[in-house]
Amino acid sequence: MSSVTERSSAKERRSARDARIIARDAKRKLQPGDFSGGIYPPHNKAQSTAEPIGQIPLAEDLIVPLHQHIGASAIPLVKLGQRVLKGEKIAEADGLISCPVHAPGSGKVIAIEPQPVAHPSGMLADCIVIRTDVEQRWCTLNPCTDFRSLETDQLLEKIRDCGIAGLGGAGFPSAVKLAPRGNWSIDTLIINGSECEPYISADDMLMRERAEEIVAGVEILAHLLDEPDNVLIGIEDNKPEAIATMRKAVHGTRFNVVSFATKYPSGGEKQLIQILTKREVPNSGLPANVGVVCQNVGTAYAVYRAVVFGEPLVSRVTTVVGEALQQQRNVELPIGTPVAHVLDCHGVERKQLQRVVIGGPMMGYSIDNESVPVIKTTNCILAPTWHELPPAPPAQDCIRCGLCAEVCPVSLLPQQLYWYARADEREKLQAYNLFDCIECGACSYVCPSSIPLVQYYRASKGAIRLAEEEKEKSDRARERFEYRKLRLAKAEQAKEVKRQARKRAAEIARQQNQQNTAPQNGSAAAEQERDVVAAALARVKARQASPEQQLARLQRTLTSAEHRFERIQKKLTEATASQQAQLRAQLKEAQVKLQEARDKHKQMKEQQADEEQ
Amino acid sequence: MLQWFSAISTPLLMLGGIALLFGALLGFAAVRFKVEGDPLVDQVDALLPQTQCGQCGHPGCRPYAEAIVAGEAINRCPPGGQATINALANLLDMEAPTLDAEHGIEDVKRVAFIREPECIGCTKCLQACPVDAIVGAAKQMHTVIVDECTGCDLCVAPCPVDCIEMVPLEITLQQWSPEKPLSAAGLIATDRLGSLSADEAKKVSKRDVA
Repeated sequence: MSSVTERSSAKERRSARDARIIARDAKRKLQPGDFSGGIYPPHNKAQSTAEPIGQIPLAEDLIVPLHQHIGASAIPLVKLGQRVLKGEKIAEADGLISCPVHAPGSGKVIAIEPQPVAHPSGMLADCIVIRTDVEQRWCTLNPCTDFRSLETDQLLEKIRDCGIAGLGGAGFPSAVKLAPRGNWSIDTLIINGSECEPYISADDMLMRERAEEIVAGVEILAHLLDEPDNVLIGIEDNKPEAIATMRKAVHGTRFNVVSFATKYPSGGEKQLIQILTKREVPNSGLPANVGVVCQNVGTAYAVYRAVVFGEPLVSRVTTVVGEALQQQRNVELPIGTPVAHVLDCHGVERKQLQRVVIGGPMMGYSIDNESVPVIKTTNCILAPTWHELPPAPPAQDCIRCGLCAEVCPVSLLPQQLYWYARADEREKLQAYNLFDCIECGACSYVCPSSIPLVQYYRASKGAIRLAEEEKEKSDRARERFEYRKLRLAKAEQAKEVKRQARKRAAEIARQQNQQNTAPQNGSAAAEQERDVVAAALARVKARQASPEQQLARLQRTLTSAEHRFERIQKKLTEATASQQAQLRAQLKEAQVKLQEARDKHKQMKEQQADEEQ
Repeated sequence: MLQWFSAISTPLLMLGGIALLFGALLGFAAVRFKVEGDPLVDQVDALLPQTQCGQCGHPGCRPYAEAIVAGEAINRCPPGGQATINALANLLDMEAPTLDAEHGIEDVKRVAFIREPECIGCTKCLQACPVDAIVGAAKQMHTVIVDECTGCDLCVAPCPVDCIEMVPLEITLQQWSPEKPLSAAGLIATDRLGSLSADEAKKVSKRDVA
């Protein structure tokens, strides 16, 4: 009887466990989902999608910044005046999280210096400036017909060497992202074609015109990630042409094109993952933690060009849009093309132009200086008129309506963060997960008091980061200070030990001497030794006690110091400006020495005078 | 008599026994869980900026932390500035005073810079640096490791050729972050018209009217 119940209970337990596993698998299975919040701003994509991707005449000077990606700046490889070919590597990656930079056009390096770059600070950064020639000759590339014959490491090296960074916006070095560290098994590759920000249509046009290449790139990416189970290409449903062409291109492959409802910011990496897989990337985690790798369509295209043709990333498709322009379209721009040149080629009316924005109206930033260059992450140049994008009205007091919390795509409490940011309460800000904010600008968009919320968050993030850096530095300083104290104490101790040892040795020697001299007074050896010591002592005494000699030596030193001083002075009058600094230092040194010699001389003389008296 | 004695002695003995037991326990805990040094000094030291500059009158940050715990004023650290004073006041639960100007004033962050062609290699600054942030050897050129320099100023005085200067530490592009927006309470749209050109102002007012 009891055995039967036992058996049945075991059965029940087993079935329950199976059910649990099935439920877990079902949960893990991909389901389309949605993220909380989000907004529906006007799309404004039609202006720039009427024309195919265009080209503009090459700019006279290409300004190539060394820092176009997340991570460390690249290190220049070229010299001033050197001729470079198109596609030649002109700067090498510095460390793992960094990207090399290639010449976007052939020509001559005319400057390696700080230049204004596209950054909200308006600060300068190191750039290589290339004066382009007419020829525009490519360097020899290293094509590869069958990428499957290459090892994963070789492929990654190739992608890394071609300077490919995420073209979606952040510019994270792609090779790093494609080699997820840790033991996360990647079962899903997501290709981000959602391009949710208003006005921007660079990815849209790329998908319409170069779908085959993108799919070929996706094949390489999937191969690199060991053929994940699901490969999803996510596109917002406001791009029907792109969806259609991409569907046609993936026909016959196992890739899926998924279209979903348009909502800002569905193109955020974590939001897109949530939409397509219903998995949520953990706080301060990476997509790899939930088995996903996400890459932009532009990146897939660049990877294809890099692997198959060996072509480095030297140009990108950028949306040039805004009512202040006569022609609005997408263009393929060489990296380093000045924004002013792009605007001029599209018939900008500067009277109408309100400001120039790099990026879209939600996450972009305005630039004051139009000479800044296009970089790898520049997906849009927006030149709106005053009417099109009026400046934000002045901020008013928060009325605690809570609209911002409703639209936040990461479920933060923007209004709470706003209070804490204003009061500089850093611990509270971190407790309310400020660093999970993706700065999408949805909260500022809906704020009825038009409070620039994101600006507060950016400022606070920067302040917290700076404070952390300082804390780290001060900890290091403390460590070094303590170590130095320890070292000095040790040196002092070692000296003391030596002193003691010497003292002891002298004591012993004296005792022995006494012992030796006492019983056998007439020993010849001892006598001799004593003589030697006495002679040495006498010598030393003689050397010390001859003031005339000492005086003479000092005199010699003095005259030679004077000589040296004069010589350097003479040289200084003849020297060029570059040598002058060094000579001046030498002169100062000589002066110090001369002064020392004079002082000693004087002292000695006085002493002598005293003695004579 | 005996009964009376036992009635008194039993509780006395019991209480005494308990007292002895707890005494032994406390004694053991005092030895076993002894804390080396003063933990409050560590906490104060963690808040100080570790420039080791000696502007407070102590030879380093830790000695000053010890002095603070012993009752010295907390407003003698110019490199830390008001932020450090506030943090210290918060920790020690007292009113935050303003910086004592006698010990110096709050300034931008600086680092030492050696004009290398002028350096004669005397190693005097090496010995003065409290955090070993200067590299060099006798008769060799010296230079400052910028990342390790705390800007304490102690190397400037010993230099016989005056080739060390304190340069303001520039913020890099990666470190930059936007300023907090100015609080615009009480500002209305038309207040801004003054700062706009006439053409722009017309446009704004037209839009507001419409």
